[in-house]
Order: sequence, then structure tokens, then C-alpha cells
Amino acid sequence: MQTHSVYADYSATTPVSQEVLQAMLPYFTESFGNASSIYQIGRKNEAAILNARANIAQCLGADPKEIYFTSGGSESDNWAIKGAVDALKMQRKRHIITTAFEHHAVLNTCQFLENHGFEVTYLPVSSNGMVNPQDVEKAIRSDTAIVSVMCVNNEIGTIQPISQIGEICHEHSVLFHTDAVQAIGNIEIDVKQQNIDMLSISGHKFHAPKGIGVLYVRNGINISNLIHGGGQEMGKRAGTENTAGIVGISKALEIAVSHIAEKNERLTPFRNRLIEGLLQIKGTRLNGDRIQRVCNNVNISIEGIEGESLILLLDMQGIQASSGSACSAGSLEPSHVLTAIGLERESAHSSLRLTFGENFNETDLQYILKVVPECVEKLRNISPLWKGGQK
Amino acid sequence: MNYSQKVLEHFVNPRNSGEMENPDAVGVSGSEKCGDITRIYLNIKNNIISEAKFQTFGCCAAIATSSVTTELLQGKTIEQAMQLTESDIVQALDGLPPDKMHCPAVAEQAVKSALSDYQAKHAKKGKLL
Repeated sequence: MQTHSVYADYSATTPVSQEVLQAMLPYFTESFGNASSIYQIGRKNEAAILNARANIAQCLGADPKEIYFTSGGSESDNWAIKGAVDALKMQRKRHIITTAFEHHAVLNTCQFLENHGFEVTYLPVSSNGMVNPQDVEKAIRSDTAIVSVMCVNNEIGTIQPISQIGEICHEHSVLFHTDAVQAIGNIEIDVKQQNIDMLSISGHKFHAPKGIGVLYVRNGINISNLIHGGGQEMGKRAGTENTAGIVGISKALEIAVSHIAEKNERLTPFRNRLIEGLLQIKGTRLNGDRIQRVCNNVNISIEGIEGESLILLLDMQGIQASSGSACSAGSLEPSHVLTAIGLERESAHSSLRLTFGENFNETDLQYILKVVPECVEKLRNISPLWKGGQK
Repeated sequence: MNYSQKVLEHFVNPRNSGEMENPDAVGVSGSEKCGDITRIYLNIKNNIISEAKFQTFGCCAAIATSSVTTELLQGKTIEQAMQLTESDIVQALDGLPPDKMHCPAVAEQAVKSALSDYQAKHAKKGKLL
């Protein structure tokens, strides 16, 4: 019998908060005008977008002119990398540096560019899920156009040395882009202090709706357009503005960045206890560094069981989580993140990711620590690979 | 992933799961595609499968597939069991999602491997006699 429920998949998506929803609602109905129209309800939209741009810029330590609205994290990543290399190709800069464990929005963009004549270096990551800035420096060539390294890994939650990597890029006059989709609300972001040239954000990861994102592009950097058409977004990204989404992501970002310290203080002890508790299960290991990780991410591999099975059993008990298992993602390949940190395919198939929200509490913790071992035992009882922890 | 009620029911309450002590035949099969591994154990009396058990490392579909396969095998002659096909298994589960259609092949191969294990043992015994 299910007695409790815990949504522990905040890195997949988050609910839109009431405050954000209320801020957005007028722009669906009474203030529906097109921001490009010069009559009152058009101008009202334009003003709302102007405000949002200024607010977001302030949250990130940027200038309003450096903030562009997109449809989400994937578009921002695509645009940053494709736009930058296109703008630099006349300077014969045809080399890109990224890492083996980026989000597919970056990896598949790089692979697309490889098919179009660019060269890509995929840097390895350490077994605890960290990128070494010295590896970035060693990989930079005279024809390197851009380096793209994520702020926080989406599966294992490790926080990367972004500021150092940015500094190295600038010493070598190479552009630095970072996918900060999993960083917002968890760690402080200041684009100027952290030497970031371009930064991608996705609204639905921090209580704004799906379908709205931001790309920050530092003043003076020219990137080619990805979406051509009208003159919106200072002529750089066409399409009638998603005013409600823009107002929503602005409100959500403001709330997220003003609660970083509080969130970390509250969730870090829960995260640590969850890690300790789950590692009590025989044949488990923590994926990703224990300290250099965001406050709401736990990722473990559990020998002898397959991730999708565990996710479905947990769901039946009211716990929503995710796995790097191939089956759970609808593909047949296990997580590239887990194989990048050196896990065997089997362990990559056996991973469990719990990413929890601001309201996570003691009852949730106790419930997870009770239910996960029960489900694991059930699956191990029928597994030919589990020998009770003996090799 | 939309699983049928039958698949979910077998997944939550798998039939005949676990290792068998002193089986007459064992068959193992795995899918390179997704890393599933299934082991089928059989007890065979007078050419008839008197008991079938399984162990599976794999997703919900893989576990349900093995579970229903052991039910299908019960009481069958070796010849009948040899005829068991992927589509029999899929039918018994009220269908499988397209991404999971490789699972029955793993179960079917495990069964075939168990049966040929049995036949090989008995052929040897025959020679010795």
C-alpha cells in the first residue's frame, strides 16, 4: 500500500510555482497583444519584456542587452555553439572543445558540426565527474573557436570549475560557453566574475514553464542567427515573443537566485543523509563527487538490478525518480555520463538519480530510505547477476 | 512507455522467479542491445516440463516476458516447448511497446538453450549406456 508520495525528479522538470503562474496569467488573456504593435496592449507587452530582460540581467550580473529569450535550454545551446562557429568560420576557426558528459543538446550539436567540417575535441572527465581545467588548456589550438563546458552535470550533479575554465579561455582568446541549466537556484552565477561569454538557461528547471529559455551573450560577441525572420530580440532571434513565458522565467529566476543560500543550507544535510542511507544497501556506489555536487542531487549505482525496473517499482510506491539506464530513457544505450566517468555498462544500467525540490522534508527522506531498499531487494531476488554482494 | 496491465501485473508479481535447485536443464540468453540477461531453469519428467523458473536482470518488459514464458512452458512436452515463439509470448502479455519487442527473443533463446542443454545431456547419457 502506498502511504506517501515524493516527486524526486527536479532535474527533469519542476512544477510552475503559484507566484510565477500569477505573474504570467494576464499575458494569456487581457494583455495578449503583440509586443511589436504600437497600440497600448502591444506596448504593455513590450514593457513587460523590457522589465524581464533587465531583471534577468541583474540576476546574472549581465547587461540587459546581453539577454536573449529562446524556447529553452536546447535552443540556447544550439544557438550559442552553431552561431559562434558560423560567425568565426571566416577566421578559419574550425575547432570546438567540449566534454564527454555534456547534455545531448551540446553533444549532438557538436556532432552535427563535425559532419559539417568542424573538428571537435571531447575532453574526458575524472572518475568523480570533474573536468580538469588543465585539460581544457592543453586542448586549445590556434584554430579553436569555442569551448563549451557545463556548469553542473545533469545526471550526477557535479559542479565544474567554470570560472577557471573561463579564465583559461580568455587568456587564449577563445569563446567560453556554459550550459547552466542545472545550476540555476543551486549555485551562484555571475557571468562577469566567472568569465562566461555565453550561458544557457531553461525555465522549467526552476519553476517557470516549459518552452522558455535564455541565452546570455556577452557584449561585443557576434553570433550568427539560428532562427531567421522578424526583428525580435534585437534582430538576433526571430519569432513573436512568448510574453507570458518571458514574464514567468523572469519571476522564477528572481525567486531562485534569492533563495540559493537558504536552499543549500536546508537541502545539503538531507542530501548527505540520503547518500549515507542509500550506501548502506550492499553493492552500491555513489556516482559523482560527494562534495563538489549540487545540494539536491543523489546518484547511485545498485549492483544486480536494472534502472527502469527500479523506477517503475518506485513509481508504484509514489516515488518519482530517474535512471541512466538505457531502457528508462527509451534508447538502448546506457547513460553517456556514467560511461564517461568510467562505469561499466552494467553499472550504468543500474543507476538511480534522485533530485529533490525545495520542500523536501524528513518524512520524504525516511520514506525513500524505507522504500528503495525494499524495491532493490525485490529485484535482486529475481536477478541472475546478484550474488549477495559476493564476486 | 505504455505497458499493458498484463505486463505490469507480471512485473509486480512475477511467477516462478528465483534460482532452481538441481534443475534438469538451464538456459541463458542476453541481449547485447540493452544488457538484459535471462536464465531459465527447467525440471523435466517423462519428456514433459514439470516446473519452469527464471531469473532476469532487465527492465519491466524483460521481467514480465520471462515470467509469462515460465507459465507458458508449464506442462508442455519438449517438442511443444521448442515450438514456442516470440509472438506467443507477446500475445500472452497483451502486447509490448515497440521499443521492447526485442525482449521476447531473449526469453525464447533462453528456453531453446535450456532445451538443447537437456537434449545434449541426454544424448551423452545415451552414448555412455
